[in-house]
Amino acid sequence: MMDGSKGFEDAQTGEQKIRNFNINFGPQHPAAHGVLRLVLELDGEIVERCDPHIGLLHRGTEKLMESRTYLQNLPYFDRLDYVAPMNQEHAWCLAIEKLCGVEVPRRASLIRVLYSEIGRVLNHLLNVTTQAMDVGALTPPLWGFEEREKLMGFYERACGARLHAAYFRPGGVHQDIPDALIDDIEEWAIEFPARLKDIDDLLTENRIFKQRNADIGVVTEEDIQNFGFSGVMVRGSGFAWDLRRAQPYECYDEFEFQIPVGKNGDCYDRYLCRMEEMRQSVHIIRQAVVKLREATGDVLARGKLTPPKRSDMKTSMEALIHHFKLYTEGFHVPAGEVYAAVEAPKGEFGVYLVADGTNKPYRAKLRAPGFLHLQAMDHIASGHQLADVAAIIGTMDVVFGEIDR
Amino acid sequence: MTQALQELGTYLETKRSNCVLGWDISFDELTIDVAPNHIVEFVEFLKNDPTCKFSTLVDVTAVDYPDRAKRFDVVYHFLSMYQNHRIRLRVSIREDETLPSIVDVHPSSNWFEREVFDMFGILFTGHPDLRRLLTDYGFRGYPLRKDFPTTGYTEVRYDEAQKRVVYEPVKLTQEYRQFDFMSPWEGAEYILPGDEKEGAK
Repeated sequence: MMDGSKGFEDAQTGEQKIRNFNINFGPQHPAAHGVLRLVLELDGEIVERCDPHIGLLHRGTEKLMESRTYLQNLPYFDRLDYVAPMNQEHAWCLAIEKLCGVEVPRRASLIRVLYSEIGRVLNHLLNVTTQAMDVGALTPPLWGFEEREKLMGFYERACGARLHAAYFRPGGVHQDIPDALIDDIEEWAIEFPARLKDIDDLLTENRIFKQRNADIGVVTEEDIQNFGFSGVMVRGSGFAWDLRRAQPYECYDEFEFQIPVGKNGDCYDRYLCRMEEMRQSVHIIRQAVVKLREATGDVLARGKLTPPKRSDMKTSMEALIHHFKLYTEGFHVPAGEVYAAVEAPKGEFGVYLVADGTNKPYRAKLRAPGFLHLQAMDHIASGHQLADVAAIIGTMDVVFGEIDR
Repeated sequence: MTQALQELGTYLETKRSNCVLGWDISFDELTIDVAPNHIVEFVEFLKNDPTCKFSTLVDVTAVDYPDRAKRFDVVYHFLSMYQNHRIRLRVSIREDETLPSIVDVHPSSNWFEREVFDMFGILFTGHPDLRRLLTDYGFRGYPLRKDFPTTGYTEVRYDEAQKRVVYEPVKLTQEYRQFDFMSPWEGAEYILPGDEKEGAK
């Protein structure tokens, strides 16, 4: 009777009882980089399925934008990807300028490039170092944040705010930057590579860091196309795609810089790409500083989109009326629809703007790079260990301000 | 730039005349109006055709025009990293119409279509998992439609007595401020206070 002909009804051993296990990762997990909730189906320690639940930071930015003027909408862009605020504003300004056909003065254009690159360094510093923290290194964030602090100081000296800048305006930048600030930025750009090398020495050949990142989260060219990747997620796989080079905006075409690409498309290559991009950004910053010393002039294209000079307002009644109307009613944008994209540190950040000729956008859609990267989480994380999920989230460079909008 | 887009527009019109309803170029961007039932076929063509090679889906979104018979415009943006050009497709549908999902051609459209469903209530047929994406669990209504109030209908707070988060109808201490900037001399669609008698005459 013990031959098993009655079927197997005895107590099962531990091995026979194994079934897949569902766990919640986040929303309050330090490695979730914000408020990400992942529902993970695990087979032992292997991730079988990964379902990201997003929207916990949804603030309805796009809806709010429909009832505010173009200028009032600008600060919302700082609150999308709050790690590199000015890069987002840039896309909004470009969209409006495209619709209105406004030419930005050269000095403003250079300042925009300068601060976009500072934003890139800000972002990559945060990403590289916190990703290192996710995989177990505690020192890099402390070193990285010290540099970020200095860069935020430059933000503050240009616009008065350390984070929510509202500095890029349609038609230029809000205020001119003083020469002393340009000197200090140059000084920083000279000594920053040494700080970067410290982080580099700490991480690049670190055994634990390499074990946790190499061959993890490999992205192929097919994945890039299927999942709509952009930015470092593309370049890490050896595909030299950069909007600053491919579809130049602002005055990036006159700058000399190289586009680093990875080879294997894994987390480690993306880390290397980010490190090299920071060096290239510093290179651009130094070029911009030199050009800025020569390009003296106005920083706003004076016209309907921008306020009059303060001195004009003291003498001209029309200037005073213009100033009042601009900051209450706002400027009107001619009807039409445009899509403007910038190479934000995380990838292609785009704005699809539908204007109906009034002072408010009829519809504005914000296209965040992280949205698509996170979407591919299921594809990339499946088959990896649970511990690798943290490394992959880190390397995807997700920030929930821009994903949830 | 415009020259190349011009050529691309004519090329697409001749190649896929059944899909293309019309096209135009403005602000150096090519927009093509596509018939709703042909969208999958056309997107597949754009992806595989060697002159187009629009292999990356950049964005899917919708625009609500409540006054039109075909209320929604669903807008697709594509990018070709190989040919280095962009294209915009526009599909107009009525409120009660559904749209075929392009998720089989572009897996990245999955979340975009979920978002459009979430925000506008447009249904995509053939979508594997059409759940809400950004709004709260159990949310009702479609926030980005023009007839949805910016304040929404419900608000949440933590109730100390019940020890949980409770949902309540929105109570505003001050009415939501929607400023009207239309000049009364430039076709405002309301009667100015004090002009009521003038209008009755």
